[in-house]
Amino acid sequence: MGQDQMNETTQQQESKLVLKHWNVNVDEQNIAWLTFDKQNSSQNTLSASTLEEFAEIIKQLKKSHPKGAVILSGKASGFIAGADVAEFGELKSQGEALEMVQKANRIINQWEQLPFPTVAAVDGVALGGGFELSLASDYIVLTDNDKTRVGLPEVLLGIHPGFGGTVRAIERAGPASGLDIILSGRGLRPKQAIKMGLVDRVVPPRHLKRTAIMLIEQQPNRKALPIWTKAVNNTLGRSALAKTVRSKVAAKANPEHYPAPYAVIDLWQQYGDDRNRMLDEEAKSISRLITSEASHNLVRVFFLQEELKALGKSDAAKGFKPDRVHVVGAGVMGGDIAAWCALRGLNVTIQDNNPEALARVVKRANELFKRKLRDPRKVQLALDRFMPDVKGIGVKHADVIIEAIFENLEAKQGLFKTIEAQAKPDAVLASNTSSIPLEQIATALERPERLVGLHFFNPVAKMQLVEIVKGEQSDQTDVDRALAFTKQISKLPVPVKSSPGFLVNRVLMPYLMEAVELYKEGVPGKIIDKKATDFGMPMGPVELADVVGLDICKHVADNLSQALGGEVPDILLQKVEQKNLGKKTGQGFYKWDKKGKPEKPDVEKDYTPPTDMTDRMVLRYINEAVACLREGVIDDQGWLDGAMIFGTGFAPFRGGPMNYVRKRGAAEIKTRLNALANEYGERFKPDAYWDKLVETKELLM
Amino acid sequence: MFNQREVFVVDGARTPFLKADGKPGPFAASDLAIAAGRPLLMRQPFEADAFDEVVVGCVAPSEDEANIGRVISLRLGCGKQTPAWTVQRNCASGMQAVDTAATNIAIGRSDLVLAGGCEAMSRSPVLLNKKMVSWLGDWARAKTFTQKLSTLASIRPAYLKPIIGLLRGLRDPVVGLSMGQTAEIVADRFNISREAMDEFGMRSHLRLADAQDNSRMGEIETIVDAAGKAYDHDNGIRRDSSMEKLAKLKPVFDRDVGKVTAGNSAQITDGAAWLILASKQAVKDYKLEVMGRLLDSEWAGLDPRQMGLGPVHATTPILKRNKMSLNDVDYWEINEAFAAQVLGCIEAWKDKDYCKSELGLARAFGELDQEKLNVDGGSVAIGHPVGASGARIILHLLHVLKQRDAQKGIATICIGGGQGGSVLVERV
Repeated sequence: MGQDQMNETTQQQESKLVLKHWNVNVDEQNIAWLTFDKQNSSQNTLSASTLEEFAEIIKQLKKSHPKGAVILSGKASGFIAGADVAEFGELKSQGEALEMVQKANRIINQWEQLPFPTVAAVDGVALGGGFELSLASDYIVLTDNDKTRVGLPEVLLGIHPGFGGTVRAIERAGPASGLDIILSGRGLRPKQAIKMGLVDRVVPPRHLKRTAIMLIEQQPNRKALPIWTKAVNNTLGRSALAKTVRSKVAAKANPEHYPAPYAVIDLWQQYGDDRNRMLDEEAKSISRLITSEASHNLVRVFFLQEELKALGKSDAAKGFKPDRVHVVGAGVMGGDIAAWCALRGLNVTIQDNNPEALARVVKRANELFKRKLRDPRKVQLALDRFMPDVKGIGVKHADVIIEAIFENLEAKQGLFKTIEAQAKPDAVLASNTSSIPLEQIATALERPERLVGLHFFNPVAKMQLVEIVKGEQSDQTDVDRALAFTKQISKLPVPVKSSPGFLVNRVLMPYLMEAVELYKEGVPGKIIDKKATDFGMPMGPVELADVVGLDICKHVADNLSQALGGEVPDILLQKVEQKNLGKKTGQGFYKWDKKGKPEKPDVEKDYTPPTDMTDRMVLRYINEAVACLREGVIDDQGWLDGAMIFGTGFAPFRGGPMNYVRKRGAAEIKTRLNALANEYGERFKPDAYWDKLVETKELLM
Repeated sequence: MFNQREVFVVDGARTPFLKADGKPGPFAASDLAIAAGRPLLMRQPFEADAFDEVVVGCVAPSEDEANIGRVISLRLGCGKQTPAWTVQRNCASGMQAVDTAATNIAIGRSDLVLAGGCEAMSRSPVLLNKKMVSWLGDWARAKTFTQKLSTLASIRPAYLKPIIGLLRGLRDPVVGLSMGQTAEIVADRFNISREAMDEFGMRSHLRLADAQDNSRMGEIETIVDAAGKAYDHDNGIRRDSSMEKLAKLKPVFDRDVGKVTAGNSAQITDGAAWLILASKQAVKDYKLEVMGRLLDSEWAGLDPRQMGLGPVHATTPILKRNKMSLNDVDYWEINEAFAAQVLGCIEAWKDKDYCKSELGLARAFGELDQEKLNVDGGSVAIGHPVGASGARIILHLLHVLKQRDAQKGIATICIGGGQGGSVLVERV
């Protein structure tokens, strides 16, 4: 059969296929180009229907037998973002899940077994299922685009790869790197991916297709793994390596809360030398995990994150694309906010009348840029975008102006007066204050409605969440613009009402104070912290207080107790008076060693801790969260959960404080709070809003 | 000269000049230009891409700064479509940039130009000598183990002797004299004493100190390096400069009996200086405030052995064609490469023979009043980053004219290789 004839036949066969998500084109060299372009979606995800079409395409390809096949993306947003997470929730049972996973695996295995070379040509993100599909191709080519990332982030959703990713990632990269990629869930840059042997080529976008053709025509051998990876692949070797990896994971994730990473290690240890068995067992294992409560909660958190991100896309802020940011106040917060903005590509001026403070800020920024950007040229460009500004000449150019000076009302009022006089009429005016009411600062403005709060958390580079504070006087358009700005700099915005402590600090503080109370009662810090981490907090409250700084804790607690009542434990005052401020001074509740690790003294063996510790800490946290709902500090229970998870690390696998209430039962918690109030006093008194939660269950999600 | 179309200076800025301490300084030449240029551009009422061109003087950009003018222009955000280039006339490169920009405005080619100069002398390259380079060539060609071994065995200690780029740059390649030696020749010719030179040097420091204390150095932008240090003034200044201290210094160029010392010479420094030049049209379009006008300029050549007298040769024709005497000029900036050379210029104008034979005048040109000269100190105290100084003295002269409510000024500079450059400005 001649070339032309064959093409014709292929085309005829194709024409029988009605494709919604894919576009198949066979070129004159008889290479099939499969462009994935999921219908009615801004990004490509693997769903039941997209995979079914893919199966049909494979069937056709088997018949037409082209010289090779290449998968491309038709989306500007990337290659394939992963499996369609929304479909996870539709899985009713483990059996149903297994059926779905096995079906997908059959399709992906067929792709792998096609008798001609296949290539995944990846520009942008190829994550989760999207990368698993790539791994089942003979070759993977990545563009060196800034946005290109590959990875297997499934563990972050409480599951693990289920389309053969555990098997194929380890096959390609070897057990050490392969497990690392799966267990960390991190996205890899092209350079890292090729270094690990996960992909075959990294090329500029203009060479993506040409490289795919070259690979099909030349079919080069894949780079061989080091010999030791084979030598270690026996029962003994795997068991030894698995042990090391397991202990590493244990330092980060509690197996009771996060079983998925341990399941991956088990899979490999048991079936690492039997490919088909490992593929089967992977499917079974993920079916168990995907229907677990922890996974449901983590998926919920994933969607909450998407929801918060989407807040930055309101119609009101359409067309608002800030390019220039002016930050006033070269302290740690101001400097870090400014540096983050420059890192994200904005042109930044950072104003302070003290050149030494500016110099320190530039130094920190330089360190951030080097850590995040690596390439010296990109670091230089980021530094070029980051201008120290002694005189404040950046004000008149800025689209967003953020005040981050010391907490003094008059100083802030004076500053905003000057700023308003010079700023563009549509610039966003924001304060990073955490303790002075916006409404008071705003009285200094001719147009007080312009002022909003942008409350970043320390350390800025690590903390994703930003509270977008709406004062009583704030205009919604300005709030919407602040949301859009926050999204633009890749932070997670959450809208809150201007009130003492806003949401995150206010909810966190009673929990910290209760921990301090327990400490005062003589419970060792180590035990308190252990209880909290057992519950699922990322760090114990005593340690957290030391890390935050006891002076800061006291400042926030004072501020809150003045506004909302309650007492600040005197032990905190004493520590602050003694200048034992925590990690930064080397001594707080703990002594901190030179490496920045707390020394937690061992506890006597016969010590029996109080049994109500967890409830005392966690329920105060939750009670305060409920009070915030009643007061309308935040409008939405889901946002509240998202904010507390991304702002304080509240046990993500529990899905947030309100999700915890839903699971445990509002009535049950209210009763428990009453009991605690009887025993320990007013601070446990259930907020009035509990009644509503108990009565009208629909309020809970 | 600039009479086809008027040429205005609307703003300018510079970095503090930073004394080199023997190690590569914290800023590359382009970093310095960025540090001074960013705040300058930000305070303008026009966007950075409004310039018709960017012209930068720099004698020795680093290996990563090919056409440093373009590198700077792009990094400053002047835009891909704004042409940018680099000029080099040795110690007058910064003045050359301004003169070139002014010429292009005068002839109607440009309306708005960013011009200046920069130099990171502390980062002057250290080079491999020719023997070493050819040995490296052999090494690259050696394929087999024995070839490599024999190549390795052929290396000699002398191959490792580096060439200090800075020293070579400060030596005239035609007459074979260091710049300091040309200053010795001028000192000798006009019989300028060591004491006179030291006194001139001391005065430069004390005048700068007074200018710093009385906020007369407003053209300086505070800059910070990536290591966390801030710089807000010319840090080579010696406020405690005294005749006793200066007398203790040994001559560096003509050892033993020479008179030119580190104390009466310009310092090796890093720095950058900018001017924004505009046509009348641009001034009108952007409603720019005008600092001054460039009226005239001149370049002259002379014996490289006495290059320090360059200002005399470049300035005399300007004054003649503008029918001015030395003291019709309100304020002077004569760049202080060496005290000997500035004093030499003053002597040359006083010297009837010199004026007759070298300048073709009928009589001595006159005596320049030193109270009008370098009133806020000069390069002996401030430093002389060779690419930047020519722009710096024009910029500061405009500040002096404003501060002292005067009208006309001359900024002039001597140039290694035997040239002089001079610019006549007027406050508007």
